Amino acid sequence: MSIFLSKDSRVVVQGMTGAEGGRHTARMVAAGTNVVAGVTPGKGGLVHQGIPVFSSVAEAMDSTGADVSVVFVPPRFTKGAVLEAVDAGIGLCVVITEGVPVHDSLEFLTLARQSTTRIIGPNCPGLISPGASNAGIIPADITAPGRIGLVSKSGTLTYQLMYELRDLGFSTAVGIGGDPVIGTTHIDCLRAFQDDPDTDAIVMIGEIGGDAEERAAAYIEQHVTKPVVAYVAGFTAPEGKTMGHAGAIISGSAGTAQAKKEALEKVGVSVGRTPSETARLMRALLEAA
Amino acid sequence: MDLFEHQAKELFARYGVPVPEGAVAATPEEARAIAAELAGPVVVKAQVKTGGRGKAGGIKPAPGPAAAEDAARAILGMDIKGHLTRRVLVEVANVPAEEYYAAFLVDRAAGSFLAMCSASGGMEIEELAATDPGALVKVPIDPLRGVDHETATFIVTEAGLPADVAGEAAGILVGLWKVMAGEDAVLVEVNPLARTADGRVLALDGKVTLDENADYRHERPAGETTGGDDLESRAKAKGLNYVKLDGSVGVIGNGAGLVMSTLDVVAQAGARPANFLDIGGGASAQVMADGLGVILSDPDVKSVLVNVFGGITACDAVADGIVAALATLGEQGATHPIVVRLDGNNAEAGRRILDQAAHPAVRQVPTMDGAAEEAARLANAAA
Repeated sequence: MSIFLSKDSRVVVQGMTGAEGGRHTARMVAAGTNVVAGVTPGKGGLVHQGIPVFSSVAEAMDSTGADVSVVFVPPRFTKGAVLEAVDAGIGLCVVITEGVPVHDSLEFLTLARQSTTRIIGPNCPGLISPGASNAGIIPADITAPGRIGLVSKSGTLTYQLMYELRDLGFSTAVGIGGDPVIGTTHIDCLRAFQDDPDTDAIVMIGEIGGDAEERAAAYIEQHVTKPVVAYVAGFTAPEGKTMGHAGAIISGSAGTAQAKKEALEKVGVSVGRTPSETARLMRALLEAA
Repeated sequence: MDLFEHQAKELFARYGVPVPEGAVAATPEEARAIAAELAGPVVVKAQVKTGGRGKAGGIKPAPGPAAAEDAARAILGMDIKGHLTRRVLVEVANVPAEEYYAAFLVDRAAGSFLAMCSASGGMEIEELAATDPGALVKVPIDPLRGVDHETATFIVTEAGLPADVAGEAAGILVGLWKVMAGEDAVLVEVNPLARTADGRVLALDGKVTLDENADYRHERPAGETTGGDDLESRAKAKGLNYVKLDGSVGVIGNGAGLVMSTLDVVAQAGARPANFLDIGGGASAQVMADGLGVILSDPDVKSVLVNVFGGITACDAVADGIVAALATLGEQGATHPIVVRLDGNNAEAGRRILDQAAHPAVRQVPTMDGAAEEAARLANAAA
C-alpha cells in the first residue's frame, strides 16, 4: 500500500492539453499511472495523447471514475480549476502550479477544508507511490518501491533523498510544496504514514521559515511511533532574505534551521546535517531494525 | 514586495484610511518646499524598508521649512541597518495622545488570515508580544468572509480600544482590510494607529507587503531602480532568483531547497557561499549561462559549485549552458574553477557533454558532498 495514491488511483489531468500538462502526462503514464482523462474547458470530446479530454472535472469523473486530479493550469486560472475539482467532489487534488496568489490559495484551501477534497500544494512536485502511480512531476526512474515514506516542502531535495535511498525504496513520497499556505501538511503526511501498514520509517525534509517543522515535532512526540529521520535546509541562509520559496525566509529568531533541528532532536528524531548524512541515518535505522 | 511607508500611506489614502498630509522628497530643497506648503510643524522620516528608524536618527521633527531642509539633509544618504536612505517623507506633525496597533497578515499555520490589534501600540510589536502578550489580540479572519464593520468592531473591542474611538477605529480596520484584499497584500500593518490630541484617529506609520504572484492583476508602485547589490540587480533583470552572500564559493543549483542545502554543505566543508542562485525547474541552457555569467563576474567568487539534480531540469541542457557560458565569457570564465555535480534526468548525457568540451576550468565530481568539498578546497586555496 501507500498513502493518498495507489495503483487503483484514476487520475485526471487539468490542463492536459497545455505544453507542461501534456509533457508531464506522458511521463506519468510512462511511470504506470492510470491517467483516465484530461480536462480543458471547451475542449471536451478531443482525444489528446490517446487520453479522452473533457470540458469539466465533473464530466471526467462521471465518465471515467477519476478520483485524483493533477492541476497544471497557469496561476491566474488555478483557483477556478481547483474550485471546479472541489465542487465535483474529487478525493485528491494535486496543485503543481507555481506562482498562485496567496489570496487565491486561501480561498480554495478554505473551501476544500469544508469539503471532502484533500489538496496537495500549490507549488509542489506532487506525490509518487513508486511502481504504482505518479501524480505530478517527480521523476519516477530515480527510485524504486519500498517501505520508506517521505514528506518534503522541496522538490529537488525530495529527488535527492529518493535517489540516495533508491535501493531501499519508498511507499510514497509527498512533495507538499514551499508556499506560505498549503493544503496537506507535514503533520497530515506523518499521520497517514503512521497509519500505513506498508510504511516502516519516515523521512521528513523541512526548510527555514514558518514553524511547520516545530509543529511536526510536537505531533511526532504525541502520535508517531515509527522511526523518523529528518533534514532541514537553510542553516547558512541570512536573516530577512527570501530564498526562492516564498516560505523560505527567516524573520527574527523564529523559523531558523537550528531551532527546527533542536525541536526535532528533542523528540527523538535523528536530523542529518546533509542530505547524504540523512540517507545514512535512515539506512542505519532500517538495518538495525 | 515590501512597500516604503509613503507608498503604503498612498494606498491607505486610496482606500479611505486617514493618514497625515504629506509628500515625499529626494532632496533637502524638495523637503523645504513641501514643509512650506504644509505650513506648520512637520516630521521628516527616512524612507527605508527596515524598522528602528527612530533610534537610528532617521525621524526628525521640524518646526518649519528651514528646519525641514536641515533635517532632510541630515537624513538623506543615511545608512540605516544597511539600507541607504534615498527619500524622506515630509508630513504634518501629529502628536499622538494614544497609540494603538492594527495589522492583517497571513497565518501560515492556520491556513487563514489573521487580524492583530492592541491598545498598546507604538513600541515594536515583537517587544509587545514578548512583554505583554495579553495586550495583543489575535482574531482569525475567514478568507471567504473578510472583515466587515461588525468583525472590525469585535476586533477593536477585544483589543480594548477606548469606546469613544471604537467606531472610528473599526472603520479604519475595514479600510485596511480593503487594502489587504483589494491589493493582494500579505501584510498590512499600522503602528502606531494614533488618536491625536484633537480626537482624530489616523495611521501615523504604515507597512504593506504585496504578493508578487498577484502583480499581473494590479498596477504596482515602481520598484527601486537602484539600492540593491549590483549583481542582484543584474540577476533580477535576467529573471534569476539570486541572493548575494558574503563568501567565496559561487553556488548554482535547481530548486530552492536543494540550493539552500548546497549552501549548508559548502559551509560544512569549511568555506562560505558567495551567493544563492536557483535556476528553477526546467531551466534552459540560456538560464544556466546567465546564472554562471552573474556568478563569475562577482569579484568575491574564487570557485563555483554547480549542483543540479535533474527532475524536470534536464542535465544535458545544464551542461550545454555551462559550455555556452564559458564560450561567451572567454578569458574571464577560465580564471575560476567550476565544480559540477549532475544527477537525475539525463545526467549521463550531461556529463558526456562536459567531458567532451574538456574545458580546463570545469571538473566533475559525482556526489553533492564531494563536489562541495572540492569547491570549498579550491576557494580556500585561492584566498
